[in-house]
Amino acid sequence: MRQFLDFEKPVAELETKIDELRLLSAPPEGGARPAGEANSVQIGDEIAKLQEKADKQLRATYAKLTPWQKVQVARHAQRPHALDYIRTLITDYMPLAGDRSFANDEAVVGGIGRFEGRSVVVVGTERGSDLDTRLKHNFGMARPEGYRKAVRLVELAGRFGLPILSFVDTPGAFPGIDAEARGQAEAIARSIDACLAAPVPILATVIGEGGSGGAIALAAGDRVFMLEHAIYSVITPEACSSILWRDTSQATAAAEALRLTAQDLKHFRLVDEIVPEPLGGAHRDPAAAIRNVGQLLRQALPSLCQLDPSALRAQRREKYLAMGRLGS
Amino acid sequence: MSWLTTYVRPKIRNLLGKRDVPDNLWTQCESCSQMIFAADLHKNLNVCPHCGHHMRALVTDRLDWTFDAGSYTRIELPKAPVDPLGFRDQKRYTDRLKDQRAKTHLDESLVVAHGTITGHKAVVAVMAYEFLAGTMGAALGEGIVAAARLAVLQHAPLVVFTASGGARMQEGMISLMQMPRTTIAVQMVRDAGLPYVVVMTNPTTGGVTASFAMLGDIQIAEPNALIGFAGPRVIEQTVRETLPDGFQRSEFLQEHGMLDMVVARKDMRETLGRIIGLLGRQPVADAA
Repeated sequence: MRQFLDFEKPVAELETKIDELRLLSAPPEGGARPAGEANSVQIGDEIAKLQEKADKQLRATYAKLTPWQKVQVARHAQRPHALDYIRTLITDYMPLAGDRSFANDEAVVGGIGRFEGRSVVVVGTERGSDLDTRLKHNFGMARPEGYRKAVRLVELAGRFGLPILSFVDTPGAFPGIDAEARGQAEAIARSIDACLAAPVPILATVIGEGGSGGAIALAAGDRVFMLEHAIYSVITPEACSSILWRDTSQATAAAEALRLTAQDLKHFRLVDEIVPEPLGGAHRDPAAAIRNVGQLLRQALPSLCQLDPSALRAQRREKYLAMGRLGS
Repeated sequence: MSWLTTYVRPKIRNLLGKRDVPDNLWTQCESCSQMIFAADLHKNLNVCPHCGHHMRALVTDRLDWTFDAGSYTRIELPKAPVDPLGFRDQKRYTDRLKDQRAKTHLDESLVVAHGTITGHKAVVAVMAYEFLAGTMGAALGEGIVAAARLAVLQHAPLVVFTASGGARMQEGMISLMQMPRTTIAVQMVRDAGLPYVVVMTNPTTGGVTASFAMLGDIQIAEPNALIGFAGPRVIEQTVRETLPDGFQRSEFLQEHGMLDMVVARKDMRETLGRIIGLLGRQPVADAA
């Protein structure tokens, strides 16, 4: 069952109608067609017309999504998540687990595998896609052990000269008593530190929601890509609204003010490339979205792999130091 | 209002000469509720003489308390883009900045100076909580990077006093990007083989804690400072539990292995001096 967002209603109505017509024109089980040939041709025409209308509507809607609508699309339950990307793009994938000091945090997934035949380390935040997996992955909200697992993977990659691919999709780091007690802030800081110090290329892709510190912990890379309708923000629009407007209902205004869309962030040169999504968003055609990400990674990886570690690190430092510097 | 108050009184006051009377002669301690004479409080480094509660400190005081008397020079920090997002909530961000500048006489939420601490050269960066809750925007990031560069240039250790409510929301993702930027600053000091000491003061939260504030070679905090990533209110709303007493306070963090020491304000200069001396490997004549 496809899940529709509020603003997709006109499309939803058209598509329901199409489904009804399809059902009508299909031959009933074991019997002959109830209507004549001519009738079924008419229905076929009608379906084609409606389909065209639905596509047009979808194209129009997605061509000018508001920031708040993008927030909803980025969080869409049927959007491909980190493990979907890993399963599709990585062959010979071997998941690795644990931070070697406390636990294995399932909110952060990762391991070793091959991308286009080349050995790589992958790491990502996974939200889960049904109740069971969401609980298992804690909705993509990592605890310190998750970031420490990421540090382990980044250091492993460094030791063996493997490039790192990261897939970021998280509402943010988990704000819990246990997480704080075990040093959530320190774990995030170390993860950023490890990414920036890595002697191997890091390519980070924000595939859904890039939630603040929990996202940058895995996204301080040489190249940062973002899906067309993904968002990346210093704070959720909901929380921003309650703090600055002292009113939780201003999330729409906050989403606009925060400039959290891929298009805005490309404009500010905080992300390098935008990955196009299939018509109607990645959730309509996950395979196409994953393919597009794969293509961009394929283009970007070889030249980065040519750089020696010190040149790579120097370039990475310069990239971040330029962000927010006057005149850049 | 009569001419007596509007005209005669100021006249007489002028004749007598200006008297510098502070608005609040008395302060109430937030912790033990005792009334403290303002001058006494200041003399006691803004620490309550009754219960030892460490109140907030202004950056200028902090510099005076940290460096050897008259030894420090403040440096001018690089300018950062102002209001890159054109942010506006109920108020324009540019207006907020203007208000804060007028109120605090500071340009931004960071001040950097160099001088000596018990005779040892040091670069000290102090975050100003009084300026927009010490939030981290591009200017703060530039300031931390400038402090790190100065430390490397002078071959001096870097000491940072943190106090922050977290990210500067009004700068959106540019604010978030200060986390990697300030981390790079720490790496520059580390690469030069110089000590980096963090002193966390009340409160240090959010993106500041989750970047340069937790990467010190030595981690110090003032007593009972609130230190964490998520704020207590956010945590309470998420887990729907009342937080335990002393949660996210310095002593709690020390118990959980996140801090080397909790140091009272009166002992801070001496402690910093000893650390810098020891890590700087300068031999001293053995007193024994």
